[in-house]
Amino acid sequence: MKLIRNILLCLWAACIALAGQAQAGEDFITLASTTSTQASGFFDYYLPLFQRRTGIEVRVVAVGTGQALKIGENGDADVLLVHDRIGELQFIRQGYGIDRREVMYNDFVVVGPEKDAARIDKMKNAVTALQKIAGSGASFISRGDDSGTNRLERRLWREAGIDPADAQGTWYKEAGAGMGAVLNMTAASGDAYTISDRATWLAFQNKADLVLLVQGDPRLFNQYSLMLVNPEKHPHVKKQQALLFMDWMTSTQGQQAIAGFQMAGQTLFKPNARKQ
Amino acid sequence: MQGLGGVLQTAVQMMLELDDSLLEIIVLSLRVSLTATVLAAVSGFLLGAVLAVWRFPGRGSILVLLNALMGLPPVVVGLMVYLLLSRAGPLGNLGLLFSESAMIIAQWLLVTPLIAALTQQIVADLMLEYREQLLSLGTSRWTMLQTLLWEGRFSLLTVMLAGFGRAISEVGAVLIVGGNIMHHTRVMTTAIALETSKGNLTIALALGMVLIALACLVNAAVAFSKAYAERAYG
Amino acid sequence: MVEVIDRYAVPACAAGGKPDILPLRLTGVSFEAAGHCLLDDISFELERGPLTVILGPNGAGKSLLLKICHGLLAPVRGEVDWQSTSKLLVRSRQAMVFQQPVLLRRSVAANIDYVLRLRGVAKQERRQRIEACLQLAGLAHLERRGARVLSGGERQKLALARAWAVHPEIVFLDEPTANIDPTATLFMESLIRQFSRAGTKVVLTSHDLGQARRLADEVLFLHQGRLLEQAPARQFFDGPENPLARAFIQGELPC
Repeated sequence: MKLIRNILLCLWAACIALAGQAQAGEDFITLASTTSTQASGFFDYYLPLFQRRTGIEVRVVAVGTGQALKIGENGDADVLLVHDRIGELQFIRQGYGIDRREVMYNDFVVVGPEKDAARIDKMKNAVTALQKIAGSGASFISRGDDSGTNRLERRLWREAGIDPADAQGTWYKEAGAGMGAVLNMTAASGDAYTISDRATWLAFQNKADLVLLVQGDPRLFNQYSLMLVNPEKHPHVKKQQALLFMDWMTSTQGQQAIAGFQMAGQTLFKPNARKQ
Repeated sequence: MQGLGGVLQTAVQMMLELDDSLLEIIVLSLRVSLTATVLAAVSGFLLGAVLAVWRFPGRGSILVLLNALMGLPPVVVGLMVYLLLSRAGPLGNLGLLFSESAMIIAQWLLVTPLIAALTQQIVADLMLEYREQLLSLGTSRWTMLQTLLWEGRFSLLTVMLAGFGRAISEVGAVLIVGGNIMHHTRVMTTAIALETSKGNLTIALALGMVLIALACLVNAAVAFSKAYAERAYG
Repeated sequence: MVEVIDRYAVPACAAGGKPDILPLRLTGVSFEAAGHCLLDDISFELERGPLTVILGPNGAGKSLLLKICHGLLAPVRGEVDWQSTSKLLVRSRQAMVFQQPVLLRRSVAANIDYVLRLRGVAKQERRQRIEACLQLAGLAHLERRGARVLSGGERQKLALARAWAVHPEIVFLDEPTANIDPTATLFMESLIRQFSRAGTKVVLTSHDLGQARRLADEVLFLHQGRLLEQAPARQFFDGPENPLARAFIQGELPC
């Protein structure tokens, strides 16, 4: 019995010691961002470059844009990197964020099965493509999680004059999940379509029969912006370090680094920060 | 995705190479879940034993509640801890959200009801056997509680294992309160979720197997010391 | 065997001084469970000194009576009075060995250490008393063994040693030899006699006439929850007044 007691004591001491070590003060900021930037591997490439330069670590919490904005609203992050212009402007208007800077963009794409029952391959108009999917008997899987991608998708349906809520559970399925999970579902279903951001799509490893069908519609433009969580609302926000990060990301060097992130010969995010 | 053979091969390869990032995730997983389990053991053992040794009004309701909480979804616990630790929440100024401590708190809350409910059952059974003898020896209630916990130590070790199993395998709570931040709050389960969302099903499944191997290791270590001690003390 | 006991004689401190809590007086004690009367209007007094055997067939209520005396159960009617009114003193000056004693899941020595610590005995003295008790009970070589893996006879000896370790003024023994072999029984009996001679009041239940004859100074005869006779042992065995007691002695009382 002494043995067991000693084992427990040792374990406990080890836990305390290690936990103490991990909690030691470090220079870091918390960035709430979208799943697309994480799942594509962008942050794994990009953030160490910044850390090497400034010594500041950027800790990323990757969630849907809707949730990222909520995290910012609560003051649980210092900086946001999200992609929903309308939501961002409202966030600023409500006073939760300041200093919105557009940094990079890519685009959304419509993906679906190779056999393409809705015959939308190479269409240039995303809205008519969605109308064709709706009338084809094939199914559409939506993020349904209030992410930036989800918000864009809902705008497209509105423009197409279709209320997918009517088809809920028949051909229109709300997954309530991240981009990767939805791509997994779409790939598994065999006849479903979905809308993805290009970065997640390119990095996705489980495509099965899925192919890229529609791209190039200006409506599918996908702008990513930085915002600082308003330090007046949340005094603990690390304004100085956060601004360093925002400045670097919009600097020539930071912008070149964004352009340098490639996968399968394609640039996933194209820098477009305005010159300061 | 490769077949099962490919997955196994990848898993074995991962464990053999054991590169820094994987090691980091494993160590963090163990550290978080073991700490949470030990904390939950302290609170759960005490709570369970008090419920077994004392009779007081409201005891029945607490027992029902505890048994119900054993099945509490981790996401719900995660959400509660999130609201508690968020800067906008009551404990916001501690700045604990998205940290290792937050994950430990969430798992501690998740595991405590399980350990308390099982402990109550074990100590209540021991009470039937020991009560008269201990009263005769002159123990107070409080001493009786301590004695019964020590007498039930082998069973309670198994209870701790069950608690550890629940902690190390859950993803809902740690994902919400930890944020799956690389090098800081990325544990085995959130890493598996992330790899799945990247479509890296092979790596995800291989990580799952590493997790199983880890759980086996911990269980085997405990089973070994338990068997040794039980042989000596009956 | 006797030599062993003589060599490690019972400490005198148990016997010295005047009694703290004895005599024990029961007045009109009754006990009922589920509508059945298990003990009916029992009154007697236990003085310091004689070794008392509560004799009777199975189901007479002997264990129950012992538990009531020991304070584990409260009688439905009647009074249990000690000479001392201090509950703490009464509690700490008595001990009991159950028919199936519960030993703690730890070593033989630790089992005795446990009760001594409860009584607040200092560490140095605990060490000495443990050694003395184990020598006396013939368990010294098993000191480090797990108590739960002992044989039946050894467990019973340990239980007796554990009761003895606290140097009680009175010890209740509930059929202490019911489940052990004849050799161990004789050893237990010699231990019990030794304790009694050293000044501890021993109250023992038994359904074994032979054992009662060997040990008793005083007999309480219990039958179907009623106390039929209390008498000095010689008087009881030579000519019991109660006809049922006579039948029991002659082996004619159906259990």
